[in-house]
Amino acid sequence: MLNKLVKSRITIIAGHYGSGKTNISVNLALDMVRSGKKVSVVDFDIVNPYFRSADNITELNALGVRVIAPEFANTNVDMNTLPKEYYTIFSTDDYCIVDVGGDADGATALSIDYDKYIKSGYTMFYVFNCYRPMTASPEDAYKILLNIEKTSHLAFSGIINNSNIGKETTEKLVLESIPLAEELSKICGLPVLATTALRTIDIGNAVKIENKTKQLF
Amino acid sequence: MAQKYLMKGNEAIAEAAIRAGCKLFFGYPITPQTELSEYMAKNMPKREGLSLQAESEVAAINMVLGASAAGARVMTSTSGPGISLKSEGISYIVGSDLPCVIVNVQRGGPGLGGIQPAQSDYNQATKALGHGDMHLIVLAPASVQEMATLTGEAFDLADIYRTPVMLLADGALGQMMEPVDFEEKPHRALPKKDWACTGHGGSRKHNIVNSLYIEPEVLEKTVVDRFKKYEQIEQNEVKYEEYLTEDAEIIIVAYGITSRIAKTAVRNAREKGIKAGLFRPITLYPFPEKQLDALADKENIKTFLSVEMNMGQMVKDVKLAISCKKDVYHFGRTGGVIPTPDEILTNIEKYVGGAK
Repeated sequence: MLNKLVKSRITIIAGHYGSGKTNISVNLALDMVRSGKKVSVVDFDIVNPYFRSADNITELNALGVRVIAPEFANTNVDMNTLPKEYYTIFSTDDYCIVDVGGDADGATALSIDYDKYIKSGYTMFYVFNCYRPMTASPEDAYKILLNIEKTSHLAFSGIINNSNIGKETTEKLVLESIPLAEELSKICGLPVLATTALRTIDIGNAVKIENKTKQLF
Repeated sequence: MAQKYLMKGNEAIAEAAIRAGCKLFFGYPITPQTELSEYMAKNMPKREGLSLQAESEVAAINMVLGASAAGARVMTSTSGPGISLKSEGISYIVGSDLPCVIVNVQRGGPGLGGIQPAQSDYNQATKALGHGDMHLIVLAPASVQEMATLTGEAFDLADIYRTPVMLLADGALGQMMEPVDFEEKPHRALPKKDWACTGHGGSRKHNIVNSLYIEPEVLEKTVVDRFKKYEQIEQNEVKYEEYLTEDAEIIIVAYGITSRIAKTAVRNAREKGIKAGLFRPITLYPFPEKQLDALADKENIKTFLSVEMNMGQMVKDVKLAISCKKDVYHFGRTGGVIPTPDEILTNIEKYVGGAK
């Protein structure tokens, strides 16, 4: 279960574009709410208006998860402004999952309130997918990791290896990604906290997740 | 199997272009195509190329004209509003017989419209990309993999026929992520660019790239010669896919992302005992007229249903292709709304066996 990774009230999920941050965030929220926790999810993607945690708002709300999303998310207006409600994540007792936009561009949104995150306490995870071309090598993935830290003024606590190629992901592909994630871990000095795989893939020690990406057909 | 990557359609076009030897990219950002320009900006400098954000779409297309005249493999990309701005330059490129690749990741229109996927630039792409007697080859990918494969093909077609080639995608294909491999496709024999302005050091007669012809007879001849080239393209370069058309009673005609949704609807119709099939044009120009006409001649096929994300554009080409031998209907959503498999199935049920 992903929720075993949660070590503080605020969990920040960051990483490269398309690494699977939203899918991890939504899965984490579902795991936590099912284990009886009060959970809020912040859709904090101010960069790209497509494929975001707000896509799952109906399912999340039905389970009692509060979703804080940009005011115009999924309205066809390409304007990413957050509601004032966002600031309640620093005062509530709820567990909060912050789903950040890709790369350092997305991390800019964190930098505005980095002092509040530090004061409240947070854990930030780096989502790694070695099948994305810009993070195919551990060295390139490390550069993006460093840029996110520099921009956000916050530090990562660990790596979630979410390497996949979507529906065609096989057991073999997941297994082949593990040495690369470990290589990244060696370079940056952060532990690989989990390797994820869809429930349909049979890998004993992988953390099972569901595909929560919006499907068009 | 080659290494597969998980990519957005926009990124796949950019990567495929670099692999096809595209050395110059001139663009101007617009949603939902921006990842393409961004990928070029990040990767071209590392791979002996140049990516430049021009001051406007008009500037970008004229930079493409210049680079192509100098013999480079060059590309630009935008969405509908940008294509409208580029259309003067596109016509000049056609009139100068220059190869290049132009990408349109369609969004809802007209005007600024919206940023969600649409197919309402079909008429613009196939009939109105610029003034004058002209065509562009228009390729319509339906998956992220095809975005990559057809990008390589687009560069080859452009060089073989000395014509701009358009990749007509949409916001859904541009934004969605699928696995893609960049395995080399068989190389096509490419003609020498002995017409390019590359500098000759006095060793040959100088080349001129131009689209201005003052004498009407001379201009007429260049246009007529160009149309002979279009005849060759129409004969040799038609691409399409058929799915369960053999015994079908109703044929859905759909391209791009809509064909993916229509395929699900065809399968669902078959489960209900309706003999539905799918015809997917991959080249929108040249349009697969003969292939559709051959289907219309089959006795078992009674009805055609054109499914598009617009108010009914390709449907007219379907009617023309089959000379109205069979009933042709249209179902579409527009403005950025994507039809669902259920909506398409409802329309299959409505029109199968003729309108009720």
